Amino acid sequence: MSARRLREAVMPWLVIGGLLLLWQVVVQIFHVRPFILPAPTVVWTTFLEYRQPIMDNALFTLVNTLSGFAIGIVVGVLLGIVIGSSRLAYAGLYPLLVGINSVPKAAIVPILVLWMGIGPAPAIATAFLLSFFPIAVNVATGLATVEPELEDVLRSLGATRFDILRKVGLPRTMPFFFASLKVAVTLAFVGAVISETIASNDGIGYLMMQSASQFRVPLMFAGLMVIAAMGIATYVIFALIERRVTGWATRRNDTHFGGG
Amino acid sequence: MSATDAFIELDGVSLHYGARDGTQALARVDLGVRAGEFAAVVGPSGCGKSSLMKLVSGLRPPTSGSIRVAGAAVTGPLKCVGMAFQNPTLLPWRNTLSNTMLPLEIVQPHRARLRRHRKDYVKLAQKLLASVGLSGFERKQPWMLSGGMQQRASLCRALIHDPALLMLDEPFAALDAFTREELWGVLQDLWLARKFTCVFVTHDLREAAYLSDVIYVMSARPGRIVATHRIDLPRPRSLEMTFRPEFVEIVHHIRNEIAQARSEGKPELVA
Repeated sequence: MSARRLREAVMPWLVIGGLLLLWQVVVQIFHVRPFILPAPTVVWTTFLEYRQPIMDNALFTLVNTLSGFAIGIVVGVLLGIVIGSSRLAYAGLYPLLVGINSVPKAAIVPILVLWMGIGPAPAIATAFLLSFFPIAVNVATGLATVEPELEDVLRSLGATRFDILRKVGLPRTMPFFFASLKVAVTLAFVGAVISETIASNDGIGYLMMQSASQFRVPLMFAGLMVIAAMGIATYVIFALIERRVTGWATRRNDTHFGGG
Repeated sequence: MSATDAFIELDGVSLHYGARDGTQALARVDLGVRAGEFAAVVGPSGCGKSSLMKLVSGLRPPTSGSIRVAGAAVTGPLKCVGMAFQNPTLLPWRNTLSNTMLPLEIVQPHRARLRRHRKDYVKLAQKLLASVGLSGFERKQPWMLSGGMQQRASLCRALIHDPALLMLDEPFAALDAFTREELWGVLQDLWLARKFTCVFVTHDLREAAYLSDVIYVMSARPGRIVATHRIDLPRPRSLEMTFRPEFVEIVHHIRNEIAQARSEGKPELVA
């Protein structure tokens, strides 16, 4: 690994470490009381002390998030294909989607609870509602921006719309798709936790509401940290898959041949 | 030219964009190209050259008039035309070989045969790439190739399925002068070896005269055919030939016709 690559790999840890250090120093110098802002060391000891319930609830949240996210991918991709391949569908559906996406999801949770009861169902539904929109928009954008000349080349070979979608549209859309996955998976966490804070007896959201009502602020922060860590982990996983699948879109320009 | 020996035949073809009072791109174009002939269409910019290509390949229906290709009326996209544009439009996620082989995945009977006879088809594509000087670049991604090399690959993609008709829309317009002249030679060799019918849209008159059997000169919008020139120079033509008096004479003559077509077109723009 070259020195530059090594620096790039170490940098995120340095930034996070530096921020925690700053936090620790500020809390100690100004004697901030733990129920206002607990020091990272306190959060860490709290995490170790309660790691079993925290991890159980985190797993619950993770499963809800990924379930909602999976549904979001399927629905988002299908919607994106429909919107991106037909101008009529674009005109008809886009305003509706924007409308749905503009409604604060926290406001929808009570309705979902009314329909689905308390527990994982509304959390999964909220995670889905937050995550499908960016996926649909990005897939549609990728499909709608296929070069018209390329379409002409294929159509004059007798290609069907499905051929064009399979050979050009979808591969071309992959960078857009993965970019949206990285956004959508973090939104799915937001959705699941929001729903759990309102209507659940499990999950990190529930844990945080409980500890808030008892002023156990370090425990809240421990829950927050776990959510953040899971968010980063899933983001990294999708970034790695993205690099493998769409390396052509983020190519390095160091291999170039000259000449006519 | 009688109807029987024309491979492409346009009869009083007009094209309006948009509603009936929209821009008129083409006005009563009559045009015939024989099988195996290399025909160039030249004219001032915006005269509807590219529209003509879309009409012949069936990608757009004419507002009026009739178009026949290979004896049949064109009613929808033709099934196996080779096409190349100024932009090479190679797929960045495929390497050069796989880009070249794209039409084989769509055009029958290759489409059905491709999986079982893959090796033969790969050999075919490698041979074609070699004939345009791209040996050894089969596994390179398009962005690793220079503009001229990408355009060579694009030509190979247009020809891999051995189409009877090749449509080229200013394929060399974005290249530097030396690369462009080099590719004239490449295209002439391909055409001499395969004898497809070729419709070549360009605004470069030297290019048109070097490559073509016949040149159609179009007027400014709405495009009409204002002159037809047969180029009877012997083949294969050399770059050296393009500097001889008889060649320069042809180019000069066509240039004047286009200048006239431009000035006739201007009052319409004012009005």
